[in-house]
Amino acid sequence: MAMKQILSPLPGTFYRKPAPDQPAFKSEGDSIAQGDVIGLVEVMKTFFEVKAEAAGKLKVFLVENEDPVTAGQPLADLED
Amino acid sequence: MGINTLLIANRGEIAVRIIRAARELGIRTVQVHSDADTESLAVRMADKAVNIGPPQAAKSYLNAAAILDAAAKTGADAIHPGYGFFAENAAFADAVAEAGLIFVGPDGNTIRLMGDKATARGVAASAGVPTVPGSDGRVGDPAAARHLVEEIGFPVMIKAAAGGGGRGIRIVTDMAEFDRMTLQARAEAEAAFGDGGIYIEKFVEKARHIEVQVLGDGKDVIHCFERECSLQRRRQKVWEEAPSATLPQKAREEMCMAAVKLASAVNYRGAGTVEFLYDDSTGDFYFIEMNTRIQVEHPVTEFVTGIDLVREMIRVAAGERLRLRQDEVRVHGHAIEVRINAEDPSKDFMPFPGMVETLTVPGGPGVRFDSMLYSGYTIPPFYDSLLGKLIVHDETREAAIERLHRALMEFDVGALKTTKPLFLVLARDGSVRSGAFHTRWLEQWLEVNASRLA
Repeated sequence: MAMKQILSPLPGTFYRKPAPDQPAFKSEGDSIAQGDVIGLVEVMKTFFEVKAEAAGKLKVFLVENEDPVTAGQPLADLED
Repeated sequence: MGINTLLIANRGEIAVRIIRAARELGIRTVQVHSDADTESLAVRMADKAVNIGPPQAAKSYLNAAAILDAAAKTGADAIHPGYGFFAENAAFADAVAEAGLIFVGPDGNTIRLMGDKATARGVAASAGVPTVPGSDGRVGDPAAARHLVEEIGFPVMIKAAAGGGGRGIRIVTDMAEFDRMTLQARAEAEAAFGDGGIYIEKFVEKARHIEVQVLGDGKDVIHCFERECSLQRRRQKVWEEAPSATLPQKAREEMCMAAVKLASAVNYRGAGTVEFLYDDSTGDFYFIEMNTRIQVEHPVTEFVTGIDLVREMIRVAAGERLRLRQDEVRVHGHAIEVRINAEDPSKDFMPFPGMVETLTVPGGPGVRFDSMLYSGYTIPPFYDSLLGKLIVHDETREAAIERLHRALMEFDVGALKTTKPLFLVLARDGSVRSGAFHTRWLEQWLEVNASRLA
């Protein structure tokens, strides 16, 4: 079973929800299509969408909501 | 009273600025910081540093309990909030006072009074300071609304009472359009916000942003003349100057007097700024809001008046009276500040955090560089993009613009992207050089000139 990861495109703060009072973009176990938004990274008060570059099933998030992340840091594991 | 140890509840360039002022006053400094700022310039400069939590501001710089705990443990007797974060938070100012410490700024009640737009507008009106003509709250029946609009004169803005940040605003130019848009605005506001309330305000098409610096000691208030901050992008100031390029002397005097009246009405203590819209076409000015803190662009006022505003606000917080009378405050020459942000102007000002591999700071006559940068520093992504401010002073505005261009050419941060290219082009722009701009000018200019900002 091939393992793929979704990486943070930028350094900043990772959010799993579009807003604090809204549900998460994706949950563990969800099927992901290429281009799906799985979270946001806040960089210097600007928000950027994190998109899946490949399709698969979201196995596990590797960081918590609101965790600081670095550029290139794995955010989630995908499996086929 | 006196202050022996000052805790700085902020970060970045303003923390550095406050440490410098405190040191000149013989005051010991304590710098609180997050996990992301352990290597910051302010932490390196301060006499003592205390870690108050994780990188996210909500868990560190906005953690009042952690800040007050750090103050108690280090024996600080005063807290300077800088700008942003807790600077205009009345509850924090109250908590500092309740802990027996000095808050460097006005008391919580003054912040509460001036921080709320509606009450501040009321204070302004009763002090005889003009406010933007409008409905002073929600408009009721259509006949009353039409009557009001006739009084104000077109164009007017229809705003959703529940809106904000520019949402739900319509600009109308005649009565037929007003009738049509009022209905539409009510329906849309009801759908979007569950509240169909609207209010009406005069629309100033070409407004300048003019603000007056005030200093108060709780009894007396003086002004330190005006700054013009009309060059803005997304309502963020990028280029500020003192004095205004084009303001007539009579308007200058009236606005400065109005600012003093307003600040006196609340027995203002500390450094504050009274912001106005100035209508070039009529010469009218209107109070917008008062900021009860030091502002990013304070150095241009310091350059032209020779007054150290940060040092003065610490002195009055410590219980001293103002040391200057109004007639001792004079303006010499012209000063310009540009904001050096970690943004790439060629990519729609995308944030650009990273490491400072090399740094050349501009120098020479009439040049000041207030920043948080040093060679080898890694800019964290968790806070705003302001890296520093380049400020120049010269005899005239024309000379100051030339000096700005010269100083920008000296400034170098290697591969990091900053707003420097924007200012190099603006300094050569005919409209900027002649002062022919208004608060929406820069965004329109960027639509045409973005490709020149590589």
